[in-house]
Amino acid sequence: MARITAGVGCSHVPAIGVAMDTGITEQPYWQPVFKGFEFSRKWIAEKKPDVIFLVYNDHCTAFDASCIPTFALGAAAEFHPADEGWGPRPVPVVKNHQKLASHIAQSLVLDEFDMTIMNEMEVDHGLTVPLSVMFGEVSPDDEWPCLVIPLAVNVVQYPAPTGNRCYQLGKAVRRAIESFPEDLNVMIFGTGGMSHQLQYKRAGLINPEFDKMFLDKLTQDPVGLSQMPHVDYLREAGSEGVEMVMWHVMRGALDDEVTEVHRHYHVPASNTAVGHIILENKNI
Amino acid sequence: MTDKDYEDIPGTFVFDADRSREGYYLNQFCISLRLQKNRDVFNAGEEAYLDKYPMTPEQRSAVLARDWNLLLELGGNIYYTSKLAANDGINFQNLAGLMTGMGVDKYREMMLNGGRSIEGNRYKSEWENK
Repeated sequence: MARITAGVGCSHVPAIGVAMDTGITEQPYWQPVFKGFEFSRKWIAEKKPDVIFLVYNDHCTAFDASCIPTFALGAAAEFHPADEGWGPRPVPVVKNHQKLASHIAQSLVLDEFDMTIMNEMEVDHGLTVPLSVMFGEVSPDDEWPCLVIPLAVNVVQYPAPTGNRCYQLGKAVRRAIESFPEDLNVMIFGTGGMSHQLQYKRAGLINPEFDKMFLDKLTQDPVGLSQMPHVDYLREAGSEGVEMVMWHVMRGALDDEVTEVHRHYHVPASNTAVGHIILENKNI
Repeated sequence: MTDKDYEDIPGTFVFDADRSREGYYLNQFCISLRLQKNRDVFNAGEEAYLDKYPMTPEQRSAVLARDWNLLLELGGNIYYTSKLAANDGINFQNLAGLMTGMGVDKYREMMLNGGRSIEGNRYKSEWENK
């Protein structure tokens, strides 16, 4: 039986990908960002996931304003890194566990989560930067160490799905994965955030107290945290901070009680507070 | 829709369905610049390229003037307008430097020092008293 062993929360700042792709991660500006992922890279190399269910948002790459699905599940065999306006990232093509993805799609709809199913899709930095920070530099001619099932969540056009909806979706994703007969070690990633605002006159907003509260409650009071209204994210964590709703999908898929095995927080990476957490299920 | 609880956040546009409707062709123009083949055509003749997108005259002139804040006021969204900026060689951080009126260096300095504090930046009323 497939099982979910751990969850990873992490920011997906595009400039982090650029720093890795241009080999400047040792510069004083970037060094503290990457230092916080040293533990994580060892951890994931030891834990060896077979599949990562990766929750992220597309930044108007696969979806422009003409089509805005709230939840879009990647069911294609593979996903190519997209040109986001400065050329595609030099990272491997992302390969899917297509049978598991199809199973999850079917299970979720019958579980009353009405997914959009993507049989062709390019992926942007929202998906590839979390893989890069967790696995390190991987040449485009090599392969990522595991298979990836992408779930793209709309957070560009207001309203994003509520925290509660995301949390409940996480529970449904877990039911789907645990009803798949193959013996698989599955991890779930929630990405985006933390506090940041990219636009207009309040750009540059960072709120470390909010971010710390979010990380604390993610472990200790996930249900309470999932009830937070959108306006609190927008006001307290910046207009783009609302991306953090995606972390609730990850949390919902884990046990009620989890072990926090790692946390990293750093300001700034470009315009953004970088946050990262690793949560393990207790009975694995 | 009159009761938008997010309208009292200062210096912020929440890109909701009303803004998305107003900015549709502007944003679709911007996102077309994601691809090199389109950037080549745009850069060879901006006016002719813009003719393909039925945006308002105000939106069109804001594009030509690269008035980054006005683009947002007219329904643009940052993930779209950033593609126009990228075409001009302006990254997200430098674009923020322009939109805040701080300039690139001062903005970068602010971020290195921990970013813009939440204190005094939660409600429009706090900015009015500045």
